[in-house]
Amino acid sequence: MSQFSSTYALIRKDVHSELRTRYALNALLMFVVTAVATILFALRSDQPTSSVLSGLYWVVVFFTAMSGLSRTFVSEEERGTTMTLQLIASPSTVYFAKLLFNTALTFSMTIAVTILYMTVFSNSFVIKTFSIFAGTVILGSLGFAAASTIIAAIVAKANTRGTLYPVLSFPILIVLLMTVMGATTKALDGEEFATALPDFQILIGYFLAMTGGSYLLFEYVWKD
Amino acid sequence: MNSMTLTVDKVAKEFNRRSIFRDVSFSLSQGQSLAITGRNGSGKSTLIKVIAGLLSATRGTVAYTVDGNSLNVEDLRYHIGLVSPYLQLYDEFSGSENLELLSKIRSDLGSDSKRIQEVLEAVGLWERRSDYVRTYSSGMKQRLKYAFAVLHRPSLLLLDEPTSNLDQNGITMVAQVVAEQNRSGILIVATNDADEAAWCSSSIELGLP
Ligand SMILES: Nc1ncnc2c1ncn2[C@@H]1O[C@H](COP(=O)(O)OP(=O)(O)OP(=O)(O)O)[C@@H](O)[C@H]1O
Ligand SMILES: [Mg+2]
Repeated sequence: MSQFSSTYALIRKDVHSELRTRYALNALLMFVVTAVATILFALRSDQPTSSVLSGLYWVVVFFTAMSGLSRTFVSEEERGTTMTLQLIASPSTVYFAKLLFNTALTFSMTIAVTILYMTVFSNSFVIKTFSIFAGTVILGSLGFAAASTIIAAIVAKANTRGTLYPVLSFPILIVLLMTVMGATTKALDGEEFATALPDFQILIGYFLAMTGGSYLLFEYVWKD
Repeated sequence: MNSMTLTVDKVAKEFNRRSIFRDVSFSLSQGQSLAITGRNGSGKSTLIKVIAGLLSATRGTVAYTVDGNSLNVEDLRYHIGLVSPYLQLYDEFSGSENLELLSKIRSDLGSDSKRIQEVLEAVGLWERRSDYVRTYSSGMKQRLKYAFAVLHRPSLLLLDEPTSNLDQNGITMVAQVVAEQNRSGILIVATNDADEAAWCSSSIELGLP
């Protein structure tokens, strides 16, 4: 029981802290706007195919998530509050609180990118099979959050912070990226829901494996 | 009030194969206190972290009991308070918000708003409770760390550099906290100051050749 209330209290703290400092939100917003604007100018006169568009969609989500979520543990480390948390909360409390907070952040960001895309590419970015798209966005956000939470924890303890993050995250995230891009293309092409089921299986498996592995690994990463 | 014991048995710590200290042994029970002294870099803070469960010992064991039952490390957080330079509070929250959110994360039930008021008054920060910690002076931050450390009435209180940044009035406040802890629990102080070491009933020196 106390595990739940601790986790909840830590998430609340992160949300309040984010609303006050806007560490992650500002980074996220900057990224989304510049990336979408750049893509828009690059594609000005072309009629991109649905696979190009879904690729570009997830590129924006990927880099935005990376820039925002990479700060999850570094910000505690920089402020010297890591030990405070270690003193008052169990590693699993910290892990699940950060995972849930990052999931919420990734999910709201995906929604924002979607709305932006639908406005900017109103002719070509048309979601024809909404169920596939919704499933992909939800499962994809979970996967991204799970992968980036553990990477952020590892990077916060490493000495070469900034540079290590993309290097570490690429091999871990490539499976996820390929899958969500494939599924999004199906949603844009208006395919049947059933055609995306194999993708969803991969995404669910990815999330479970990543969360389970991270949970086991986290205690070692978190407590030196 | 829980009665606690702490047993440190042949503890050694190495960083990258470099030995910081070894064969540190002592045991303390309620009403007893220990000063850890030694030159800069002798491992006082490291030993405090090992006792607090923030670092693992390379060899040896640290064991705790509460009311005769051995205490799981998972539950240590309800019984331990720590004041130290490497333990910071959140800048973007006020003093009272910090105490409230930290006690909620720890989920210790005793720390209600009345208790928060009590400790903030005791450290002389009640008037400034709604200001962001970012705007506190370093002495005020140190006082807030005391409020945080004693909030849940810990049986084991660890003080590393107890009076850093404090004025005369702040040192008197620390002396009161120390006297109170000496009555009700276990106290460990890491210091280079002879006056502070004298608060404790026993002492060990680290870094002797
Ligand atoms: N994370 C770490 N990695 C490697 N070495 C460390 C680490 N932390 C501490 N040390 C080393 O351990 C030794 C003891 O450090 P510690 O901070 O415990 O000393 P101290 O007795 O508290 O010193 P001071 O009086 O300056 O506070 C030092 O030589 C320090 O360089
Ligand atoms: Mg020290």
